[in-house]
Amino acid sequence: MQKNFTKEDYRKYVEQISPKSKVLRNVVRAFIIGGLICIVGQFITNLLTALGLKKDELSSITTIIMIFLGAILTGLNIYDELGRYAGAGSIVPITGFANSIVSPAMEFKSEGYVTGVGAKMFVIAGPVIVYGVAASVVVGILYYLIK
Amino acid sequence: MQSTFMTYLGAFIVGGTLCAAGQVLIDKTKLTVARILVIFVTAGAVLTALGVYQKIVDIGGAGATIPLTGFGYSLARGAFRDVDQYGLLGAFTGGVKATAAGITAAIFFGYTISVAFTPKAKR
Repeated sequence: MQKNFTKEDYRKYVEQISPKSKVLRNVVRAFIIGGLICIVGQFITNLLTALGLKKDELSSITTIIMIFLGAILTGLNIYDELGRYAGAGSIVPITGFANSIVSPAMEFKSEGYVTGVGAKMFVIAGPVIVYGVAASVVVGILYYLIK
Repeated sequence: MQSTFMTYLGAFIVGGTLCAAGQVLIDKTKLTVARILVIFVTAGAVLTALGVYQKIVDIGGAGATIPLTGFGYSLARGAFRDVDQYGLLGAFTGGVKATAAGITAAIFFGYTISVAFTPKAKR
């Protein structure tokens, strides 16, 4: 029985079965870690609400705290380790946005504080701000024309 | 007490789902991280304009505002608010105004922490 199952067969079998389960595993990890990061954000929001902050203030302060946490955990080399496990679960939250700024900026510090740190901060954050702000102008103009 | 629990549950499920969607994009399309984040922020702004994202925020709370689609949501909502107040000019002022805290925090903490810390040596 075992002789029929050659190395070639085994390789095909592994190829056939592994990508699917790997995707599923990655998606589950992303869901759990991403969900937990959002729970941290919700905890901060609830805490600030209990302190009596107004709705606009508390969403801004929550964002500031989450960005600080993402940046400092990247500085301490913890966030990139988390990212290896969580994938999109650590990329999609705003903490991942902070990570995308600090990680390349630290890496390219040797190229100086202007063209190294100053420029590389925006390798990923730059496009995000460009498309986000441009989209807000477009929907703002459409809203003005329609309303 | 019950309602507090529900805010956490909503945040976990909505935030987790958005991150899972990002992971599916990474694994199935081989899009780079920058492209996925651009898609998320733009999708957030468009879904807000369509009135969909506000409903997601109502259910998910931080689970909808912490993922990068929430950045698009804040940008678009800010633009609408300023258009209501200042007319067409608002389309150019509202987005950045509403996200000023986040953008400034990202630049300030991003810069200072990048300068203060060194990356772990590559193996």
